[in-house]
Amino acid sequence: MIQDLFSVTVLIGILASGIRLATPYLYAAIGETFSQRSGVLNLGVEGQMLLGAFAAFYVSLRTGNLWLGLLTAMLVGAVMGLAMAYVTVNLQAQQGISGIGFYLFGLGMSDLLFQKLMPTVETIRGFPRIYIPGLSDIPGIGEIFFSQNILVYSAYLLVPVAWFVLNKTTLGLKIRAVGENPDAADSLGVSVARVRYFTIILGGTLSGIAGASLSIALLNVFQQNMTSGAGFIAVALVYFGAWRPIGVLGGALLFSMVNALQLWVQVLNIPIEPEIAVMMPYVLTILVLVATVSRVRAPSALTKPFEREN
Amino acid sequence: MKKSVWFLCILIVLSMVLSACGAQATEAPAPAEKFRVAVVMPSAINDLAFSQSMYDALVRVQTEMGGPDAFEFVYSDGMFVVDDAAAAIRDYATQGYNLVIAHGSQYGSSLQEIAPDFPNTSFAWGTTVDTFGQPNIFAYEAASQEGGYINGVLAATLSQSKVIGVVGPIETGDAKLYVDGFKAGVAATDPSVQVNVNYIGSFSDVALASEAATTHISAGADVLTGTAQMVVGAIGKAEEADALWFGTQSNQTSLAPSIVVASQVYHWEVILNEMIGLIKSGTLGGRSFTANLANGGEVMEYNPDYALPADAKSLADKTVQGIIDGTIKISLP
Repeated sequence: MIQDLFSVTVLIGILASGIRLATPYLYAAIGETFSQRSGVLNLGVEGQMLLGAFAAFYVSLRTGNLWLGLLTAMLVGAVMGLAMAYVTVNLQAQQGISGIGFYLFGLGMSDLLFQKLMPTVETIRGFPRIYIPGLSDIPGIGEIFFSQNILVYSAYLLVPVAWFVLNKTTLGLKIRAVGENPDAADSLGVSVARVRYFTIILGGTLSGIAGASLSIALLNVFQQNMTSGAGFIAVALVYFGAWRPIGVLGGALLFSMVNALQLWVQVLNIPIEPEIAVMMPYVLTILVLVATVSRVRAPSALTKPFEREN
Repeated sequence: MKKSVWFLCILIVLSMVLSACGAQATEAPAPAEKFRVAVVMPSAINDLAFSQSMYDALVRVQTEMGGPDAFEFVYSDGMFVVDDAAAAIRDYATQGYNLVIAHGSQYGSSLQEIAPDFPNTSFAWGTTVDTFGQPNIFAYEAASQEGGYINGVLAATLSQSKVIGVVGPIETGDAKLYVDGFKAGVAATDPSVQVNVNYIGSFSDVALASEAATTHISAGADVLTGTAQMVVGAIGKAEEADALWFGTQSNQTSLAPSIVVASQVYHWEVILNEMIGLIKSGTLGGRSFTANLANGGEVMEYNPDYALPADAKSLADKTVQGIIDGTIKISLP
């Protein structure tokens, strides 16, 4: 019943689940933050994640080398990013539509490869949990924060790194300039095309890792359409997080924690219809988004192709 | 700008082709004696769940009937978009297949619209009992509560913590039948065992299904079960925690040979054979079929690597017999 929710077991369970569930969102949404800060909306994240998840799983399954699997996922994501960059930067295609195209490509291609290369669903031994000496023994805290796998740790390390790159480096300054005022950046000698190529390929690489974090670290299995919309939620989290890594982290954790909470609500037989319970994370995310949306504006050049004026 | 439009068109067409990737190239019209079946399925043929159960059954029918020369089948899988499935169903009907199977209850209303346009083609859809009163529609379903009940009896017998977790997709159709049957089996065996059920609201969210399993384990469950294709990750979580797993739809032993006890497996070929017989004798529809333990449409398959205590196994066998001869009635909510 409802008071059961306020026990230590449940609290630890929710936090530990939330941290794991947020991992793929973090990689994908941080990558998307880079590309959106440079003015490019990439809606193909979901497709990049699916192909990354399959590539990582299949290569790990066949070679037994998880790192090689991860590297392949990164490469696959990067190549899809490269194609996306060509379409949006050189061909100046409408970004929303081409992104959907890349999503469908990734969805179909990962499914095709899955069926042609694997007789049925298989499992592998993924990245093991790493128990950080000393810290993982702290009751509660240890289980939540210090006994996860390597891809979970690095997802959270990525947040301050992304913040640093975006706000404290020349590269970050160029990315932001290109996203806010590409004409001015161009007149100062910054190559708008080169910066956008970089951010879109980086975004694709991180989406590939996001997929790999599911298939060879958290779930250790590949199933058709297994990301189940996570890539689109990642795009939404970038808006939610107001194009800042720390905001993205907050959004990813909020969404995932509430999702973990609703799992417990059902497991504890609290009389709420399952349909209502599964809506909770989405409803709450929308409410927070509505309440805070006017706070920050999007990068001015977002979704606008850059064409040098004569 | 022109170039980009072209590029996009090509990309979109390419991706559509790929997302319908399961669709096999159809061959030229076959000689009359060859029986031709087309099937449209919501997930992948190798999902180790609902779609694979039908694919495996078609392969068995093909073997029984003497190979591809006597029995040809084609399929479109991954058809989770109902509109796409409807287009595929209509395409197959146009191409003159003897039997077009819509393997998913979500395809019902599409079929109701399409079937009257092809009075000489037989259609089947499941899982349901509704033929819409049309002479060329068969309906089929699985009495998944029966295998669910057996799994429940075994789960209650084997659970030491007296807590059992269930991971379901959406509370409807086949999944609901299975879960309700499972709960009834547990309650009939040991009313003190608590069954916690979690419907995650999705057939594809492997990550959420896995966390649901982890949540059950944190809540004390030492035996888990679940239904639909997204549970493949949950089985791994059960294995990590050394909790037992009961499968349904397809035999899920291969995913975790140390902890899968038994799976209820659908053998749709029992029903397919009946349908094919009727079609050959001129009846194109109007009947509904149920795969169950009695007619062999459902089979309990045990993991040979799991040391199931002899008394538990004999209890399961007795329960199967009781369901078949009607001495055990499964009361569903």
